[in-house]
Amino acid sequence: MEQFTVHTGTALPLRHSDVDTDQIIPARFCVRSTRTGHADALFADWRDDPDFVLNQAAHQGATVLVAGPDFGTGSSREYAVWALQDYGFRAVIAPRYGDIFRANSLLNGLLTVVVPTDVVERLWEAVAADPTVEVVVDLMALEVRCGDLTQPFSLDEEVRARLLSGEDLISATLRHEDAIAAYERGRRAALPTTR
Amino acid sequence: MGSTLAQKAWDAHVVRDGGAGDDLIYVDLQLLHEVNTPQAFDALRAAGRTVRRPDLTIGTEDHNTPTLALDRLIQDPEGRRQAELMRENCAQFGIPLHRLGDPDQGIVHVIGPELGLIRPGMTIVCCDSHTTTLGAFGALAFGIGASQVEHVLATQTLPMRRMKDMAVEVTGRLAPGVTAKDLILALIAEIGTAGGQGHVIEYRGEAISALSMEARMTLCNMSVEAGSRAGMVAPDETTFAYLEQRPGMPKGAAWDDEVAYWRSLRTDEDAVFDRRVSLDASAVSPYVSWGTNPAQSVPLHDRVPAADEFADADERAAAARALEYMGLVPGTPMRGILIDTVFLGSCTNGRIEDLRAAAAVLRGRKVADGLHMMIVPGSARVRAQAVEEGLDRVFAEAGADFRAGAGCSMCAALNEDRLLPGRRAASTNNRNFEGRQGKGSRTHIVSPPVAAATAVAGRLVAPADL
Ligand code: SF4
Repeated sequence: MEQFTVHTGTALPLRHSDVDTDQIIPARFCVRSTRTGHADALFADWRDDPDFVLNQAAHQGATVLVAGPDFGTGSSREYAVWALQDYGFRAVIAPRYGDIFRANSLLNGLLTVVVPTDVVERLWEAVAADPTVEVVVDLMALEVRCGDLTQPFSLDEEVRARLLSGEDLISATLRHEDAIAAYERGRRAALPTTR
Repeated sequence: MGSTLAQKAWDAHVVRDGGAGDDLIYVDLQLLHEVNTPQAFDALRAAGRTVRRPDLTIGTEDHNTPTLALDRLIQDPEGRRQAELMRENCAQFGIPLHRLGDPDQGIVHVIGPELGLIRPGMTIVCCDSHTTTLGAFGALAFGIGASQVEHVLATQTLPMRRMKDMAVEVTGRLAPGVTAKDLILALIAEIGTAGGQGHVIEYRGEAISALSMEARMTLCNMSVEAGSRAGMVAPDETTFAYLEQRPGMPKGAAWDDEVAYWRSLRTDEDAVFDRRVSLDASAVSPYVSWGTNPAQSVPLHDRVPAADEFADADERAAAARALEYMGLVPGTPMRGILIDTVFLGSCTNGRIEDLRAAAAVLRGRKVADGLHMMIVPGSARVRAQAVEEGLDRVFAEAGADFRAGAGCSMCAALNEDRLLPGRRAASTNNRNFEGRQGKGSRTHIVSPPVAAATAVAGRLVAPADL
């Protein structure tokens, strides 16, 4: 997993709520069998519109996506996270996320920060006034900073520690191998098996 | 203080109590389909790990599979590669796989119950958000991402935070012609696409007890469209009667023991829910969606709303965008909307009961000129059952296109069954997102009876309108 400590970059203002994962990456790209190489598929249908924010020259190179509530709802496709990362995004800032998308993002090192709606609006305005304004997403200090705005955010302590260290979650779980084996010995015998 | 059904299922699977952090939860069953899985197996191999419990894992092919013929190749080379990798990976790690053409193949959420693998109180995961379907059996079933699939393959566990509990109390009875699909659309229209976020919804009350297992699956299927992690219905006599017919069930005294355990999986009287919502089933009528998320739905007898009818600014913006995408004029009666394609199928409504409901409407009638009605069975078993009951003849006589292969088909348009840009479909699936059924496609979510009646009339109608 990609480590995350402090990231500084420019922001992409995505002024939409309910951006489902079908929009982030349309289903027809989910026939691919790799984790990488999905940058071309990010928001593929919306990119047909030359005015779509991702196509605007002013926002090229943005690494922080700032979106409205309920970003990443719908399908569980982890391609949505991979496509965002491939395109260059390191963090997303929104008031609320789809649960599965959020879990996927944090397992891949794409930091999804929750802030109130009015903070999202202030960020949108700051970026509208100056697309080159830097946004700092600081996981050490648990803060988003932009100009004179300093917004604290919270994140589960275990998740934060893992993002800071970049440790693989499976290795962490396998330290409890004894507990897993003990649980298995006590499982109810009538539970079904597949073969 | 007592426990909810969901808490009981959770408590029975805690491998390691994480206190205020994540619990480590044991997974009783992982289902796999060909999309999203190659990456998980690649990572597993790269780390030198193996599949801990192939005997608690099962695979099927559903998203990419063709429906025209069982021996047809997957047309998209990338999709074909994905299916090949699924076969290679399952073979390498000893995971049973139901390939297209196998009598047990079908949509992942449809085959699990048919095979008797889904039972009350189990924990079940699948790399697919509609895994919530399986909560109909009183199981705790939820969708996960590809990295979590890898985690479960390697450890048979998942670190997770406890979910919150939400009760949806449904009083009264559904009127004839009103289905579980209408009920769930009415609920989502009420609480919104984030209404259940972070929660497990337990559906309770008279109306729920009266539902068949198929209808409960439809209901739980769309729990995720309300943003919730899972949906559940407490097991009861209807559940036990369904399970008794399935393969691999314990017999005799062992069966009685199971039933006794399952009966204990009910929410205690004094259990506390984090949130409660109630709904009167008798007030629900057939629902259809007009927009591009499932909450944008209204009763069929209603009309297309205007964006400025929404108080919330985000909803207003979303409505304006949806109206434009859907090419709809506010004030248009929903019943007047012309439809060119009807899709009956998916994990929401691709089971035998759904096909029967459509056949009952189509019997002795014809699909409207120029309209394409595609019927895709949810599984090979559903198709075989439909043929045994002669539903295939009803569909053929009506001029509907009853496909040979089972799978997701036009629900997500990952295979070759796609709507062309600007086409307008009445679909029994669960998502009306922009481009869901093909780039530029327009989807109205409907129930199976409304789908069939719409196919006959060429516009959105209920059977009662024919
Ligand atoms: S039928 Fe549709 S919703 Fe269900 S699993 Fe397949 S693609 Fe997903």
